Amino acid sequence: MPPPAPTLTTTTGSVLLVLSIVVPVAGVLLAFALGDRYCRLVVFTVMPFGIAIAAAILMLLPLSEGHLVYLLGAWPPPLGVALRADGLSAVMLATVAIVICAVAIFAATDFRPTEAKTRAPFAFWILLLAIWGALNTIFVGGDLFTLYVALELLTFAAVPLVSLDGRAETLRSALRYLLFALLGSVLYLSGTALLYGLHGTLDILLLSHRVSVEPGALIAAALMTTGLLAKTALFPLHLWLPPAHAGAPAAASAILSGLVVKGSFFILLRLWFDVMPALPGFAVPQLLAALGAGAIVFESVVALRQERLKLLIAYSTLAQIGYLFLMFPLAFGASGRLESGQALAGGLLQAISHATAKAAMFMAVGSIYGGLGHDRITGLRGVARALPLSVLAFALGGIALMGLQPSGASLAKELLLQKAMSTGQWWWAIVLQAGGIFTAAYVVLVLAHALAPADEPIALISPASRSRDLAALALALCSLSLGLMPWEHYLPLPHGGALKLFDLDALSKFLLPAMGGATLAILLSPWPHPLACSAVWKNLMRVLGPFRRTCLGFGGLVERGDDALRQWPAASISLVVVTLLLAASMFAANS
Amino acid sequence: MSAVTVFGLCAAAAVGVGLYGLITNPQPLRKIIAFNLLGSGVFLLFGIIGRRGAAAGSGNDPVPQALVITGVVVAFSATALAIALTLRLFETAGSMTLRSRAPTGPNSDPSAG
Repeated sequence: MPPPAPTLTTTTGSVLLVLSIVVPVAGVLLAFALGDRYCRLVVFTVMPFGIAIAAAILMLLPLSEGHLVYLLGAWPPPLGVALRADGLSAVMLATVAIVICAVAIFAATDFRPTEAKTRAPFAFWILLLAIWGALNTIFVGGDLFTLYVALELLTFAAVPLVSLDGRAETLRSALRYLLFALLGSVLYLSGTALLYGLHGTLDILLLSHRVSVEPGALIAAALMTTGLLAKTALFPLHLWLPPAHAGAPAAASAILSGLVVKGSFFILLRLWFDVMPALPGFAVPQLLAALGAGAIVFESVVALRQERLKLLIAYSTLAQIGYLFLMFPLAFGASGRLESGQALAGGLLQAISHATAKAAMFMAVGSIYGGLGHDRITGLRGVARALPLSVLAFALGGIALMGLQPSGASLAKELLLQKAMSTGQWWWAIVLQAGGIFTAAYVVLVLAHALAPADEPIALISPASRSRDLAALALALCSLSLGLMPWEHYLPLPHGGALKLFDLDALSKFLLPAMGGATLAILLSPWPHPLACSAVWKNLMRVLGPFRRTCLGFGGLVERGDDALRQWPAASISLVVVTLLLAASMFAANS
Repeated sequence: MSAVTVFGLCAAAAVGVGLYGLITNPQPLRKIIAFNLLGSGVFLLFGIIGRRGAAAGSGNDPVPQALVITGVVVAFSATALAIALTLRLFETAGSMTLRSRAPTGPNSDPSAG
């Protein structure tokens, strides 16, 4: 797929790209100026504008040949800076607008303006808008340095969200997050310095015409990729994510897990698919996907061993991030050249499905936590009766991620599997299936506990809030219906590749992973099952007992290994090793 | 040895020392200082790249300088945020260690739950 010729003029309607950045940032300033009392009002005023801008870009894009360009100050690159939107940015802009609005509705009661001396609501609403602005800048930025600044803004807005409640534990995880993210951004910055030195521009479109195979470009690619991997928390550079995402308030976790990690992932896509599509060779995509496979296996096993629901979801986010990286070898194929956009479309769809579904699940868990006062899996019995809407939202989000048609995840998995078969990389097809089964495992595990009947009705410490549950439910339904959207206007989908709805084959594709997941959940979760007293369970354990003990032992080992990898020295040494490995494999492929 | 080579070696040394400090020092404050050293190395690299433009006969290339100034602002805000967090951590916890002592996994006996 050759890149389009550089457009050196501003296209009509592209002022929307500027607005998509200016409107949230103006909201930040306004909320800051108006203070505690009005900051929530400002957010709810900005929301409709943000949605309208994203919708307008979505509608305008097919009319203007698939890309919008805005030259700031009418200076063309390489002297000026361009904002560009293509299909990828348009769908991501829309996703972010939807998720942010759902989270804002969810958080409206939690973070209402108070007379008390707490700064948390004020900080939350301002940071929400700041994250929105930073993400929009990442999606429309047409220049590697603009992307760097946007990425830093995103980090600076995300870090305080982690420590909103000000406990020592969350401050510690926020500081770890910030320091590791800074290490990643310095790596990215040094890569841009090298690229500027080689080619005299950082504009993505100009670079894509100028980049050739030479040592400097390969080193720059390795440095930038590793920096972005650290910010995306790909295994083994994931030390900061679980405590940060599990310690934040539910609304903040939904944003962090659903959207913030997608920002650096999106820049990684820009880097590999737009700036240097001819560079990686065979080994680098395989290496990225191997790290992804490691994330799926390691982090899923650790997730199944968690007692706290929020930690379980945080670890499963790590596994899902690994799943996103499986698209790289499928997109680049055996020749190491960018072959088709189908895998890219699949990967992006998976990212969007994950953003919506995971945000919905974190919000549902937030409601459960608010209702019960705890989020221990073993204490979830009877919660389905007490908080039916929250559990329904969690279940729908989980089912969407497991890939029940017509969810976005099922379409994404279908696209990636087709590509794995057509490029003859059957080993990634196995990993894709395993990822689906592990996802099913933790969803089934939580639902089994939540749906088990309680001996006596559980007392809620605070009543369920209808608006919170509906926001989570709407987002989960959105994820579940993503497969029905007209993606072919925005993503490079094959013709006739749309889903066949509701046939028997599709049902089996959903049920088989679900059964596999249930087996894994029984084998790997150390917590007593709610039905542990029943006769069926005892008979099952008589057969499976020794095998389950072996699996639990294995799980314990994996967890200890993961703990060791999440120590600071181990993680930062892995960072150096990953950089060296990436550089070495690129040199080997291009020598 | 030309000036560009000398500055290049200095940049490499700053990056190396900063990276070493960031990996090995357990104290957040030292990590922040190490990050600044690492960042200065990269900014110096940008400066040398501007000089290389000068060697090509176009005067000094102003774009890397603009990038460095933006980068310095970003690094400054990062440092300010990190120090604010460190201070809050010290006020709340009375120590500045980054090691979390709270259990992050099911270290307790599962059968007891």
